Amino acid sequence: MQNLIEIKGVRHAYQTDSGPLPVLDGLELAVPEGGFVAVVGPSGCGKSTLTRLIAGLMKPDSGEVWLHGERVKGPRATVGMAFQNPVLLEWRSILKNILLPLEIVPTKLSKKQAEERARFLLSLVGLEGFEDKRPSELSGGMRQRASLCRALIHQPEVLILDEPFGALDAFTREDLWQTMHRVKEREPFTGVLITHDLRESIFLADQVVVLSGRPARTQYVLDIPSRGPRTLDDLYTPEAADQLNILRHQIQIAQGRAPAEEARA
Amino acid sequence: MNRHLRAIAVPLIAVAVFLAFWEWLVWVNGWPKFKMAAPSDLPPAYQRHWHLFLSMGWQTLWRTVVGLLLAVLFGTLLGMIMGFSRTMRDALYPLLVGFNAIPKATVVPIVALMFVGQHDFNTVLLAFMISFFPIAVSVSIGLSTLEPEYRDILRALGASQATIFWKIALPKTLPEFFGALKVAVTLAFIGTNLMEIVSPHGRGLGALFDSGRTNSDFPLMFAVLIALAFLGIVLYYVVVALEKIFAGWAERSPG
Repeated sequence: MQNLIEIKGVRHAYQTDSGPLPVLDGLELAVPEGGFVAVVGPSGCGKSTLTRLIAGLMKPDSGEVWLHGERVKGPRATVGMAFQNPVLLEWRSILKNILLPLEIVPTKLSKKQAEERARFLLSLVGLEGFEDKRPSELSGGMRQRASLCRALIHQPEVLILDEPFGALDAFTREDLWQTMHRVKEREPFTGVLITHDLRESIFLADQVVVLSGRPARTQYVLDIPSRGPRTLDDLYTPEAADQLNILRHQIQIAQGRAPAEEARA
Repeated sequence: MNRHLRAIAVPLIAVAVFLAFWEWLVWVNGWPKFKMAAPSDLPPAYQRHWHLFLSMGWQTLWRTVVGLLLAVLFGTLLGMIMGFSRTMRDALYPLLVGFNAIPKATVVPIVALMFVGQHDFNTVLLAFMISFFPIAVSVSIGLSTLEPEYRDILRALGASQATIFWKIALPKTLPEFFGALKVAVTLAFIGTNLMEIVSPHGRGLGALFDSGRTNSDFPLMFAVLIALAFLGIVLYYVVVALEKIFAGWAERSPG
């Protein structure tokens, strides 16, 4: 199977006043079409740099980023992004916020079709009836749902999620996890999820990549066998407990708090 | 309905109370007209010189507004340059602060000498010079504090810098811009009147004030002050109305 996203031996360093600060050092990542990969790792290990590389917002010092068989050289319209900060435009209604990407990206949709699609996405994430509200009238979880709709409106091949649920309370977060599964069923995408939450990673992704501490390289890859549509109960099975244990151990190695015995990549 | 009535009645009552207090203060101290005019002295002053108030008020008003418009154009441009370029910000800030620190009253004779006889130009120039600073600063701060994520959501789709500016940076800066415009509007009035009073050339409310001073017509001087305050209030609320139209989204309903 062809990988939609492929990252090969990427190295990158930021220039700071006290010399170069390496953040990525030999990063490998491959996501098949329709796959959903979660990336976990210690704080400040370069996870967000990774999303900016895939989105073409920056170029690595060395190594290659491939998207759909093409070398990524700059931003491309086939990417959708959502961040921890939902960055909705306060002066636009929710509907107009979601339509924003279509004002940049060339689209075949007529204005009416675009609006219909936006309404469909809103209903998919449980925001029907909020089309004409202002972002300031929505709760944090609802804003994040709207931000997700905006990331999907132009039917991107790749959805990049940079800790989108990080600032939400635990219950809202679990709600949104289930929403994500519902969305993926109806609106298939290839996804990269950056997260700090190990439970989130095994609940949403079908592969979890653990990055080492800075400078980050791919330290460990855990496949999550598909079990069909997941429910929250799946998080409390022995398999899930095993997966979480493995990941927790790997994170401890990445943080340098546990010896790296046979840390296989 | 009740809320609307309140919104109009409360400020009106406050003005009435203020005028009554002022009248009482003059009456109880027995101040003569050449020391302090009372509100009751003002209507005769307006009646006697109403045509002067109209024509000179108009001169003051249009020169203030033109100066302010120039300040908006120049201040926005300067703010954009400083907001987008770190180097330009570092380069221009000390110059700008220094320029702003110069008391504008000292600039009046210089300007009057440089552009001798061009009274309209001089006055507009001073209104402009005194009022562009807050606009430039607020626009530059608004642009330079734009969260990178806002840029990224459009940049990741291949949007140009110009698109990002029009769709995100500019509207996001509007609340700061209008905050600064409210300050600039009163400053522009100060600039206009500074020129009209310090370098009198027979035009504008400042000149009327000056003629009141030379004739020891104290009620006239006070009447000019009140007329200036009135014009200031009118312009201020024009800005508030524009703000409601263009940046009304930034207003949060209380509670």
